[in-house]
Order: sequence, then structure tokens, then C-alpha cells
Amino acid sequence: MTEPGRALRATVLVLVLGGIILPITLGLWETLRAAFGILPAIGARELSLEPWRALVALPGFATSLRLTLITGFGATLLALVLATGFCAAVHGRIGASAGGRLLAPYLAAPHAALAIGVAFLIAPSGWIARLISPWLTGWTLPPQIASVHDGWGLALMLGLLVKEVPFLLLVILSALGQVPVRQHLAAGRALGYGRGMVWLKLIMPQVYPLIRLPVFIVLAFALSVVDVAIILGPSNPPTLAVAITRWYASADTRLILPASAAALVQGAVVIGAIALWVGGERLVAALGLRWLRAGGRGRSAEPGLMAASALVAGLMGLGVLALAGLAVWSLAWRWPWPLALPASWSLAGWLNPGSGWGGALALTLGLGLATTALALGLAIAWLEGEDRARRGRAGWAAALIYLPLLVPQIGFLYGLNVAALRIGLGGGIPAVIWAQELFVFPYVMIALSEPWRALDARLLHTAAALGASPLRRLLAVKLPVLLRPILTAAAIGFGVSVAQYLPTLFLGAGRVATLTTEAVTLSSGSDRRVVGIYAVLQAALPLAAYLAAIALPAMVHRNRRALSGEFGA
Amino acid sequence: MSLDLAALTVTLRGSPKPLFAALTLSVPLGAVVTVLGPSGVGKSTLLDAIGGHLAHGFTCTGRVMLNRRDVTGLPAEARRIGILFQDALMFPHLSVGDNLAFGLTRAVRGRKARRAAVEAALEQAGLGGFHDRDPATLSGGQRARAALMRALLARPLALLLDEPFSALDSQLRSEIRGFVFDHIRERGIPALLVTHDLRDARAAGGAVITL
Repeated sequence: MTEPGRALRATVLVLVLGGIILPITLGLWETLRAAFGILPAIGARELSLEPWRALVALPGFATSLRLTLITGFGATLLALVLATGFCAAVHGRIGASAGGRLLAPYLAAPHAALAIGVAFLIAPSGWIARLISPWLTGWTLPPQIASVHDGWGLALMLGLLVKEVPFLLLVILSALGQVPVRQHLAAGRALGYGRGMVWLKLIMPQVYPLIRLPVFIVLAFALSVVDVAIILGPSNPPTLAVAITRWYASADTRLILPASAAALVQGAVVIGAIALWVGGERLVAALGLRWLRAGGRGRSAEPGLMAASALVAGLMGLGVLALAGLAVWSLAWRWPWPLALPASWSLAGWLNPGSGWGGALALTLGLGLATTALALGLAIAWLEGEDRARRGRAGWAAALIYLPLLVPQIGFLYGLNVAALRIGLGGGIPAVIWAQELFVFPYVMIALSEPWRALDARLLHTAAALGASPLRRLLAVKLPVLLRPILTAAAIGFGVSVAQYLPTLFLGAGRVATLTTEAVTLSSGSDRRVVGIYAVLQAALPLAAYLAAIALPAMVHRNRRALSGEFGA
Repeated sequence: MSLDLAALTVTLRGSPKPLFAALTLSVPLGAVVTVLGPSGVGKSTLLDAIGGHLAHGFTCTGRVMLNRRDVTGLPAEARRIGILFQDALMFPHLSVGDNLAFGLTRAVRGRKARRAAVEAALEQAGLGGFHDRDPATLSGGQRARAALMRALLARPLALLLDEPFSALDSQLRSEIRGFVFDHIRERGIPALLVTHDLRDARAAGGAVITL
């Protein structure tokens, strides 16, 4: 007897290996070759260490590396601390589903759109300065301060926090659902520990293992982000990932080889950072245990929690203002400094899609729909294959899913482009779809796996006992019952596709102009009214997808009480 | 004609011995045989093995015979062994009537005939006029009766009952028990009941095996 579903599982495995793992490996391989002097396309054929010498000699390399480490670790650590403090303070007052709805706009808005909004807010001539000038500050001209692109990377960290704190909040809120928080809180307080202390000593040690992987993803992302760093980060020298992107894009092709060496350094930075983080976890665990054994009741954690909550509230407010600011700019006609609102308004930009945003919108929408459909199909086939074999996921299979999220994009995308060009797939829409798929699929898979497995198996046993074939069980029971999580996963995948910057830039050879690539390109110095339109659209598309993911199941299942909850099962 | 188990065992991978001693029993037509035992001894796993629902990692030895036909190697949907669970497990996205229609055998053809069969079954279960209701709005007893009708409409050759009365309070429990057992006897279907409740076993009236 052959194992059921073997053909399906084999097909899915081949697709994932060939479509996702192979390209990443190929990309890394080509990057590795170029880093050691071999890139036949530019006539480099000899194995050498010259690219590395050139890299070290490049101006600003050391500074870039330092900036990357500071902003990456800084943003991740701060985001984790703030999100934890906030959850400790508000837990019990806000449910996971209400929290999810509250956080949806932040999660849906692409990094670049939020970053542009933050830049519009905190720039010397930005909204905040306008709101408090001249009556408070006395400024009659925009001040000469570097509040964006500052040399320390503070604006960059702020931009990352606005996006990563809500992400970690969501992750922590859903992890809290698996921990008996109320009982432990009651037990701890009965022993004389303050609320904040119970949280730190009892709850967090249970929650952290559940959110560890997302924290790694945030760390890897913060260390290697390109679009946010272009918009908000230091510009000369920039962070390492931005520097590498510039070198690759430079007209001087000799820079490609040291850029590839730097891409390997970027990969090593992420691996090293995760290793360092794991070491830090051990240290904190050991120290925390000593602290716990000492038995201090310390009710004094409350002020810290309050401060963290206030800061998170501030960040959320900043995020809302940033998105609102984008909309206001897109509608502004004349807005002289220091007026708090435009002197005159206009729909001119919005009424002229031919100026560029119409095409970018259509392309972004098409790419998003195509990648999401592909990812959803593959994810459902994968999960169905697991069901038919009646087995869970092996560790190595889970690692395959997370791989694209942990390897820095810059480390393999240029190499992937080289490989794609070699097989004649470079510079077009199909190559961009493929490159985006590498990042859309993992998120769709992660979003769908848990609700899929949470579906009561006895429901399917009942269907089977009634004579329903595996296909009928899938189509008539699983998919309808799981409609809500499936659409949520699709909305997440769509949002990821809309947000992709580097894959679109590199695999599209700069010719595939989406809302995101255009917004990032225009953000440096263009007319804010034009940038505003792109950024608003960029934020609005994923949000519309989220809203559809909420509204559609509610409509389809409007007479089904058991399915009107957050999850299908 | 009966449901027969021949030296059936289930072993979890990595475990040296099976979950329970090899089980041999015969359930005659229309009889309800009870397997009794506290929770956690593998009663539900036994039913999974008979129905073909075993999770990966479990291996099953021995044979399951249905009307002298060996069904051990068949997938669940080909065995024609119906199952009733504790909380009735109506498909939450389908109306009550569509739940029954999902179960109704393909042998009943034609839209009108199928609809009539479903309506008749609803009547029998005291659920006349409930065709378009959301299953989530039914009471526990109504759900249990609807689930039995859904199982019977598939014309099963045997029925597995996995503590189907445990969620019901005591008065409703005896009523639903009577309803289910009457239908089983009337249609001459062999049924295997697993429960930890001795009263269920007595009401079943058939042989009792302790696991």
C-alpha cells in the first residue's frame, strides 16, 4: 500500500526545493563566486582576494558596518522591551482579536510607506515642526537640524520601531493565548509579587520561547533593511545594506565584486548577530534565575511598565500621524512653511493617473495577485499533503520555510539576478514574481499553518465516514470552514508582495516600476505631493486586502454563528 | 452479516507494546456492543483503527471485517463505517439540511428526491422545518439527532459511537440514547460504542468488553 498523498507531497517538495531553496542557494553561490573574483559577465575570471581588499579600502565601509550593528540591535532590543512592557501593562484589558484589529493598519502598511510618513513628520520642514512653529519654537524658517538621515541612525531606528513594535505586539498577544496568564498572575500576586514582577519573572519566561523566531526575523530584518534605511537612515555613509545596494547599482562595474564581498559580510553579520543574541538569551536566563531565586517582591516595576506603555502609545500615535500626513501631502496644493495645514488643496495629482502612479498601481496590484495566488496554492497543497500523510511537519521542512526570511535579501538577490540572466529569465515580470514569491510564500505558510492544524480532525473523520473522498473533504469542508484564515493569509501575502523593494529592483533590472520602488526612489528630494500619492496607495492596497479578508468571510458566513469568530474552526 | 474484529491491536511507533491487548469481537446486525474503560486507555484510537482514521505513527495489526469483507486496507471514505462523536460535530459552514445532504448517499438521485430524503430524515429527528437553520443554533439534543440522521443517510454498514452521549445532561441523555439505539436496531446496523459510563453500556443491551 503506498502512503496516501505521496504524489502530492513529492510535488510540493519539488516545487519548494526547486522554486525557493534552489534560487536562494544559486544566488548565494553566484554572490560567493563574485566575492572571490569570478563574474564572467564583467570579464572577471580569476579567483582572488582582490574584492575583499577593495571592500576594506572603500570609503565608509567600517562606519557602515558600525551603523548597521547599532541600528539593527538597537531597534530590535528596544522594540522587544517596549512591546513586552506594553503587553504587561494592557494584558487583560485588550483581547487578542481586538488587538489584532487595532494593529492591522500598522501591519498592513508597508515599511516604506510608514517610513516616508515618518520622514514627512520629523523632517525640519515636516508636520511636527509646522505644528509647533513659530508660536512655540520661534522658528520662522525650517531649522537647520538633521532630524532625518541623522548620523546616528536615530530616525532609522524610530522608523523601524513604528513598524516592528506592532508586529511584536501581535506575536506576543497571540503567544499569550497559550499561557495561563490569569492563573499565574493570581498565583504570583497571592505570593506577594507585584503585577509587573509576575510578568517579568513568570509570564515572559513562558512567552519568550514562543516568540523567539519572530524576534530573530525582526533582528535579521533590522540589520539588513534597505528601503527604510534609504528613506530615514544616514546617507553618507549609509548602513551596510544600503551601501551594498548603491555599489551594485553603480555605473562603475568594478564595484560589483567588492559589493558581493560585502553582501557576504552582511550575511555573516546576520548569522553572527543571531548567535550573539542566543548568547544573550542564555546570559539573561541565567541572571534571571538568580534574580528569581533571590525572591525580591519589588513592586517597583510598575513605573517601567507605564513608561513602556506611554512610549508604545506614542509610537502608535506617530504611525497614525505618519499615515495621515501622507494623505494630507497628497492633497496639498500650496503649503508654505510654517502653516499647520495646506493653504490650498487640490485633487490634481489624484486625477492624473497617467503621470505614473496609475501604471505603478496596476503593476503592483497584478504582481500582488499573482504572487499571492501562487503562494496560497502552494501552501494549501503543502498543508493538504501533510494531512493526507497524517503527519506533522518535520523540523527540516519548517526550516525551509523560514530560510528566506532569515537570509539577508542583499546576500543572494544580486547573485540570483546573475543566475536568472544566465537562463534568460532576467529583467522581466516573471523574474520579479518569482523573486517576490520567495518572501510571500513563507509568510502565507506561517499565517495559514496554525489555523489549518487547529481544525478539528474529527470533523474530517466525520466527512470521511460519510464517504467523502480526500478531494471532497478539502473542497467541501476544509476550505469553506477555513475561509477566514485562508483570506487572512492571502491578505498578508499580498501586503508582503506590495512591500517588496529589493527583489523588484534587482530582478526587474530597475525597469519594473511598482508603487514601492517608485515611492522609495522619489522619496529622496522629490515633490512631497507626488511621493504622498505613491505612499498613500502603497499603504492603502494592503489595507484594502485586510478589510476584504475580514468582510468576505463575514458575508459568506453571515448565518453561521460558529464561524463568525476570529478563527474558522 | 456483522462487524468483526480479528486480533486487532494498535501500536504507537517507538512504544514496545500495543495500546491494548489484541481484540477479537463480533457485533451482530442491529446490536450495540460496548467497549468500556476510563479515558486515556485508547478507546478512541480503537475506533480510529476501525474507521480508518489512525494518525501517522500508529500501526494497526489484525483485521477489520465488515460483512465478511476485509476492509483493513481501505481508506476511511471507502469503508462505509459511520461515526458519531460527543459534540455531534456538525459542519459549521453548512445549514442543518446541507449537513444531512452532505451525508446522503449518492444512490439517491435527482434534486427533488434528495431534498425529500433530507426533509424526511429531519422529520424523523423531530427537526421538521430546520433545513436552513445554522447548526450552531441547535440545542445539544437536536444536534445529536441531526448528527445521527446525517450518519444514517450515508447508509453505513456499521456505526461507531465515540461517547456520543457524554455532553448531554442525564434526562436528555436517556432520551437521545433511546433514539440512537432504536434507529440502529430498526435498521439492523452493527454498532460499537465506546464509553466510560456504565449506564450507557447497560442501555446498549449488547455485550460489554472492558479495555
